[in-house]
Amino acid sequence: MIQSSFTERNLQLLFPLPAIVFVAMLMVFPVLYTSYLSFTNWNLTSGAEPTFVGLRSYARVLSEPRFLHALARTFAFTLFAVVIEGFLGVAAALILNRAFAGKSVAKLLLLLPLVATPIAVGIVFNLFFDPTIGLANFVLQAFGLPPGLWISSENSVIPSLILVDVWQWTPMITLIVLAGLAGLSEEPVEAARIDGASEWQILRLVTIPMVMPVILTALILRLIDALKTFDIIFAMTGGGPGYASETLNIMGFKYSFEYFRMGQSAVILVVLFVVVFGCSLGIMKLRASSEV
Amino acid sequence: MNRKIVSSALFYLAVAAIVLVVLFPFLWMLASSFKTQVDIISWPPKIFFSPTLQNYRKVFGEQDFLKYFLNSTIVGASAVGLSLVLGLPAAYSIARFRQRKLAVFILLARLMPGISFLMPWYIVFSRLDLMDSYTALILSHILIALPIVVWIMSTYFSTIPPEMEESAMVDGATRQYAFWAIILPLSGPGIITATTLSFIFSWNNFMFSQVLSMEKTKTLPIAVYNFLSYAEVDWGGVMAAAVAIMAPAIVLTMIFQKYVVKGLTMGAVKG
Repeated sequence: MIQSSFTERNLQLLFPLPAIVFVAMLMVFPVLYTSYLSFTNWNLTSGAEPTFVGLRSYARVLSEPRFLHALARTFAFTLFAVVIEGFLGVAAALILNRAFAGKSVAKLLLLLPLVATPIAVGIVFNLFFDPTIGLANFVLQAFGLPPGLWISSENSVIPSLILVDVWQWTPMITLIVLAGLAGLSEEPVEAARIDGASEWQILRLVTIPMVMPVILTALILRLIDALKTFDIIFAMTGGGPGYASETLNIMGFKYSFEYFRMGQSAVILVVLFVVVFGCSLGIMKLRASSEV
Repeated sequence: MNRKIVSSALFYLAVAAIVLVVLFPFLWMLASSFKTQVDIISWPPKIFFSPTLQNYRKVFGEQDFLKYFLNSTIVGASAVGLSLVLGLPAAYSIARFRQRKLAVFILLARLMPGISFLMPWYIVFSRLDLMDSYTALILSHILIALPIVVWIMSTYFSTIPPEMEESAMVDGATRQYAFWAIILPLSGPGIITATTLSFIFSWNNFMFSQVLSMEKTKTLPIAVYNFLSYAEVDWGGVMAAAVAIMAPAIVLTMIFQKYVVKGLTMGAVKG
């Protein structure tokens, strides 16, 4: 009896405790360890223990053109992908936001890219972009355009990868915005219609502003994931040709598990962590302010 | 009247375009998986061809795909099960005692780049001789499933009125008993959402398994990826493998469509 009342008095600590301990051990401790390693020049293949070198690994990595390019590329990939997904996703949601035969089927189909295994999606698009047998060039030819090199050329590899990301994740924006639109009250739209507003005016001045908080949250959720894009790039190019599609995530992976330069890899991971953490703080601030 | 017909025709045209773009890669993957190598590399691409099962025979015969399939299932099911054990009480506590900071803390596991945990795991698991073990793989996949469970279930629990367990507590039941006997039985839909979604995320995970598993515990995404790298020209086999890995997630999604939509859009739409 005494024991059970102890449990009950401390329920708000005891119930979440196992999850807290787990996350602390598998997330917090590893992140701290990574931060520590970033101050060493540890190379796993050398067999030596990590030695503290202060900021030397930072100086080395942060001055490397390969790193700076990967950093810029990560932002560029994310920015273009998310902006395109935002426009297409919202447009598709506005189109689908009415009752029509087959709406539930259309919504089911929109779900499929979101649950498709990214590594397999990358592989399918590998064949799609193949310069000699791929369908992408067939489509270009059908429109009388010259064939492209797609992921085989340094110039077109990032746009091609963005295309894949857009295909896979635009439906997420669409579904979130559709859910947001479904929750809006009809009254403002009706009122605007009675006042003689055109459909375009209603869309621009009433519907979109009302659903804007949902659109923004969807975009930021997407942004955080896009910064971490790994699977499709790894499957399709492995960061190549050369380093032309190497993002921070891919570069960190190579430094860790191909070159085993753990000290330098830790620097890359810390930067990626800070970038993603900064954006996550942004999202939470936004959510907090939209709740007031 | 005429305008109405034109606008509704335009509307269905737009819907058809959206659906076609979404579906096209799936249809093309499916078609290619039934093509012979000759049909795949023929130019222009063939729309009509005589289908063959040889790619699937190769994938499930010569390749040990059933084993990888089983590995993915073991890892996914264990990770989701353990995440429910860890996550349900935590989610309940977050919902009832409004522990926002705790929610954010667990959610960080979903937001942070997985590779910043993976590198240290690799070092620690190597030293503990846990590479290529189910233990390491399941632990890593719990970190995928747990935030999803906590996120979905804390939202779900907060939609259940507190009077439900309070009336039982007035009658002398403890809160933990009320949680077990009253709240959990009411939480079926939420648990289905959390289970389906976190299983799919575990099923699709590539990075953790690529580093932590080797031949014994290799999961499907790794097997499919490896198939690509040493069978560069065998596109039919690769496409059959891609179909095989996507099929379970897609079937789950079709069965639990309503729950999956809810789980995926919950983050952005309140209420």
